[in-house]
Amino acid sequence: MINSNDNSYLPHEAIILERIQEAPGLFTLRLKFTDTKIQENYAFKPGQFNMLYLYGVGEIAISIVSDPEDSHIIDHTIRVVGRVTRGMTNLKKGDRIGIRGPYGRGWPLSESLNKDIVVVTGGLGCAPVVSVINYIEQRREQFGRLNILQGIKHSADFIWKDRYDKWRELPDTNVLLASDVGDAIWPWHVGPVTALFDQLEFDADNVSVMMCGPQGMMHVTCNHMLDSGVASSQLFLSMERNMQCAVGHCGHCQYGDKFICKDGPVFSYDKIHDLFETKGF
Amino acid sequence: MEFEHHFFHADQLQDFLKNLQTAGYTCIGPQIRDGAIIYDELNSVAQLPRGISDEQQPGSYSLINNNTSKFFDWANGPQAIKPLLFTPREKLWESKQSPQGQITFKTSEPILEPLAIIGVRACDIAALKIQDQHFMQSQFIDPYYKKRRENILLIAVNCSHPAKTCFCHSTGDGPFVDDGADIVLTELQDGFLIESHTSKGKKILTGLKLKYRTETQMKESKSIEKQASKQNRQLPKMDIKSRLFAEINNEAWHAIAMQCLSCGNCTAVCPTCFCHSANEVPDLDGQSSSHYREWDSCFSQGHSYIHGITIRSETSQRYRQWLTHKFSSWHDQYGRSGCVGCGRCSTWCPVGIDVIDSIKQVGERRHD
Repeated sequence: MINSNDNSYLPHEAIILERIQEAPGLFTLRLKFTDTKIQENYAFKPGQFNMLYLYGVGEIAISIVSDPEDSHIIDHTIRVVGRVTRGMTNLKKGDRIGIRGPYGRGWPLSESLNKDIVVVTGGLGCAPVVSVINYIEQRREQFGRLNILQGIKHSADFIWKDRYDKWRELPDTNVLLASDVGDAIWPWHVGPVTALFDQLEFDADNVSVMMCGPQGMMHVTCNHMLDSGVASSQLFLSMERNMQCAVGHCGHCQYGDKFICKDGPVFSYDKIHDLFETKGF
Repeated sequence: MEFEHHFFHADQLQDFLKNLQTAGYTCIGPQIRDGAIIYDELNSVAQLPRGISDEQQPGSYSLINNNTSKFFDWANGPQAIKPLLFTPREKLWESKQSPQGQITFKTSEPILEPLAIIGVRACDIAALKIQDQHFMQSQFIDPYYKKRRENILLIAVNCSHPAKTCFCHSTGDGPFVDDGADIVLTELQDGFLIESHTSKGKKILTGLKLKYRTETQMKESKSIEKQASKQNRQLPKMDIKSRLFAEINNEAWHAIAMQCLSCGNCTAVCPTCFCHSANEVPDLDGQSSSHYREWDSCFSQGHSYIHGITIRSETSQRYRQWLTHKFSSWHDQYGRSGCVGCGRCSTWCPVGIDVIDSIKQVGERRHD
């Protein structure tokens, strides 16, 4: 007999406690394992992900956005991009799904204590770094200056305005927003996010830079940071690839010699820069 | 390792098979089907491809009569051990949804009988060790592979007839078996040298009319090994691991891609390729759903798909992914190359792309 506890592929039932529509095509599920023992033993780090299973449809890798010390609830913010996530939009409070996890290696938060933090995101509502910002917000005095830099394509895409407003009120925190295309009521920078690099406040010898978003944006950011004297080992990127097993077996997420699912998804730039400029890996 | 060599006459091969069956094993062995040597259930030595050899070239495979009475005088066909352990399709688990919406999950239990695989070659044993590393010796253990793996007895037959596409000697994986099998046979003119390498294997030998091997027989075996080590193809003498990645922008990838159909045959026949996809199959009654894993290939469109983007949309990128993984990044992942020199990817390529030519085309330094 195969012992179910030895089966890393087997999900466990979880119930939806709350569903929050964040924006069109973006929603958060607040979840809890129905087996209290599993919920009690569940522990994760920001940047790690779970495999979420929609009954009869399949599994998808989604990062965890809730606080690791909140043992009662697991939050996942989900963007509708494919078959499984589209099916998940119909889920409501009280519905059940399957969860297995957590998987992967998350952000280097204990290594970043007392350092300045630069968080750079591109695109919409970048869930993997939201967990970092939330984490720092809860432990604000343990970190240095916090810079949050968000770039989007069009001002109409901007979501979570309330969160950014709240983060702006935190001590020693610098929130910078840029949109390639603005409109009459967009009060922040119009143009590429790269134009705001000069406004970041950090000590190049004592900083952790955490990035999530399109590879092109992360590449530009890495180059700028390297030019500013930040070591490549202090630049951290959350990488995305097709993931179907989450345990380094199915082969889809390979990136050179790395399996993004178990060696990542967060990597320091020195570990992956060899292939970073080449399309097709 | 030094093992005690014994000898049994060819007409005792059926007794050997019977010993395996009596010990409770279902025998799997080579036989001819659809013009190729494949592995399937073997009940009688009459099913073995006796007096048959093969001719292989990139993109070509055919069987011929060789006018001998040998059972194993051929090189590997398209598949051997891989599909028996890392099965082309494996049900992993099943979920059921109650009318109230509760979901329960149940691990799928593969129904297994002990298998004795007869006729396994050195290249496939080397590949098996790599698949063991991937599925059983990494951070996570695959319980399905492990269960199947624990259930087999390996009876290797040293290779006497490498194909023109073979290069196991240059990868260091053949043509003779060092370790990894339970029993190793060497087929001589009139019978078999037999060595048991494990206690499981030794049990099977009980009751067989074994003779001590003679010096002449040992000489014949040595000469077979020497002959079989002379192979047409060798890996090029260069630092393949670093050369391939040094040439990731080489035009040669595009030249190869002009021929490559991106069909995935090479990955299907490769004994070390491990990629698979997860597929959900809801049952028609609407009350349960099954989760399968199925072989996938880095040559497929969907392999690198992620939310609207195909990372490797071009064939050149897929071929490069496959070759750099197999011969370069594999070293960092598993401590050796992912190639065991079986040559299947060349033989079964419908357009006859030869993997060694590809390595040379990309990796050799040009002196313009």
